[in-house]
Amino acid sequence: MIEVDGLTVRYGGVTSLDAMSLTFERGTCGLIGPNGAGKTTFFNVLSGFVRPAAGTVRAFGTDLLTMAHYRRARWGVRRTFQTEQAIEELSVFDNVAMVHEHSRLGRASRRQDVLDAIEFAGLGTDPDAEVRTLGAGQRRLVEVARAVVGQPRLVLLDEPAAGLPDEETGHLAEVIRRIPEHTGALAILVDHDMSLVSACCATTAVLDFGKLIASGPTAAVLRDDAVIRAYLGVDS
Amino acid sequence: MRRLKSLQFKHLARPKPAITAVLLLFVLLALPQLMSLYYVDTMTQVAVYSMVALALGVLVGRVGLVSLGQVAVLAVGAWVAARLLFATGQPYLLIVLEAGLVTMIAGTAIGLPALRLRGLYLALITLMLAGGITVVLATVNFPNGGHGFLGYNGSLVHIPPIRRPSFAASDPAYFRFAVIIAIAMFALVLAHVKTRPGRAWAAIRQSEPAALAAGINTTLYKLWAFALASFITGVAGGVLAGAIHYLYSIGFPTQDSITLLAVVLMGGAYSLWGAVVAGLLYQFLPSLLNNWGVSADWLTILFGIGVLQVLTTAPAGLADQVPRDLARLYRLLYRLLGRLRGSRPREGEPAPDPETAERVP
Repeated sequence: MIEVDGLTVRYGGVTSLDAMSLTFERGTCGLIGPNGAGKTTFFNVLSGFVRPAAGTVRAFGTDLLTMAHYRRARWGVRRTFQTEQAIEELSVFDNVAMVHEHSRLGRASRRQDVLDAIEFAGLGTDPDAEVRTLGAGQRRLVEVARAVVGQPRLVLLDEPAAGLPDEETGHLAEVIRRIPEHTGALAILVDHDMSLVSACCATTAVLDFGKLIASGPTAAVLRDDAVIRAYLGVDS
Repeated sequence: MRRLKSLQFKHLARPKPAITAVLLLFVLLALPQLMSLYYVDTMTQVAVYSMVALALGVLVGRVGLVSLGQVAVLAVGAWVAARLLFATGQPYLLIVLEAGLVTMIAGTAIGLPALRLRGLYLALITLMLAGGITVVLATVNFPNGGHGFLGYNGSLVHIPPIRRPSFAASDPAYFRFAVIIAIAMFALVLAHVKTRPGRAWAAIRQSEPAALAAGINTTLYKLWAFALASFITGVAGGVLAGAIHYLYSIGFPTQDSITLLAVVLMGGAYSLWGAVVAGLLYQFLPSLLNNWGVSADWLTILFGIGVLQVLTTAPAGLADQVPRDLARLYRLLYRLLGRLRGSRPREGEPAPDPETAERVP
């Protein structure tokens, strides 16, 4: 369970997150909102790239914000990026092994754990294949494999389906849906593709201009008037 | 640098072991017998500067940190080795190791700005630090057998030469000694590149946020890269001390670090072979020109054009470009030969595997 309380992030005069308070219970939770709503900023706070002006984040009883950013991966935070960041120079195996070797798990199970993660992501390619030879969809799956290896506790997926064709998005949705069951982690999915969010997330929260405007069961949230107004830009 | 980041590195750092072994045996056994002492000395310097280029390649090619202070770091290694060689009777190999370790500490300090800076600013800072080291060395001078901490005596008339190991007193033997040390340093880098630090450096070079998200302590691994590069450069300095017997601060001008970066880029900062090519460009080419009576100053222009050529047509350097072009030439000749014989390869018949041909050094 992730408990966010009064989280505020400011860049100069701009407030990207405004006293956000929210609890992510379990499974895969959606986080949606128009561009600039503060979704990636929230992920950056959880990853340790951005220091909030105020607020706390407790993840499974641990105060996440006091932890050094690189230690959070060891604790169990994983993330993918809006602009995919699979390391081109390395093979698929090494991309995933890189995360495993900085996790809590030892060397003994590394090879098998890495291969399992690659298989779970359904890459359908040789683990020794170099990432630069892969297409966009497969690179996204490399990121997913990196996110599920080494006993993650919190998986942050930042627009993983951006730019993917429907067929690949369908496969990705299937993989994302199975992440909590496969790893025991809580997953938070940020995406603009509502069909993906609906397919993967039982609950969803909505941010607009840094403020939480709705949260609850995904179907109900997507019918919420405030949410529709935020997305369509209609004044109330 | 953006273009350098997005290179294709598939075949780099993968010389075929058998070819490498044959080449090394030739260099160690036959080469000193085939060359005059002038070129044996030159090739010893090639071995030394290949190590320096290797170290710079770790920083530039692996981690994406541009350092313009590598020749100053080399001078530190040479100074420490010279001081210990005059002051103690320790085995030469031990002193080379000690020079590497002391230089590692100094070089890592030079790398501290890299924790906050990249690109041009880091290059400038390292250049300034190198300039500072050069000024200090010009003031304190290299040890020449004098006493005291600095080991320099300005009034000495007969300056004793820096000693060599007893088993490598002659020039050919010292060349072999230098090559063996260089092989050890290349193996050390290879051991890093293929394992955990290599993966971490690749991640840092492409994206620090991605590296951090993978749990990589970027500060530690950047300092690790500087420590490794400085250790190797310090070891190179230790080998250089015995190679040239007499050390002077004017032998390590600050601007040489810029030339060194140029030849490293030309040779190929991303490949181990690139470091060897860089060593040849940096030391063998000037010796060759000197021997032909041509001023080595022309090389400044040549290197300028060379860097331009490499950055525009082959950013992975000559170590990548030459084998690739040779493979193309081979394929072209193969086809021409086929046509001349009137037996062109049948439809669907594969031409020689370019990947295999490309890896021939």
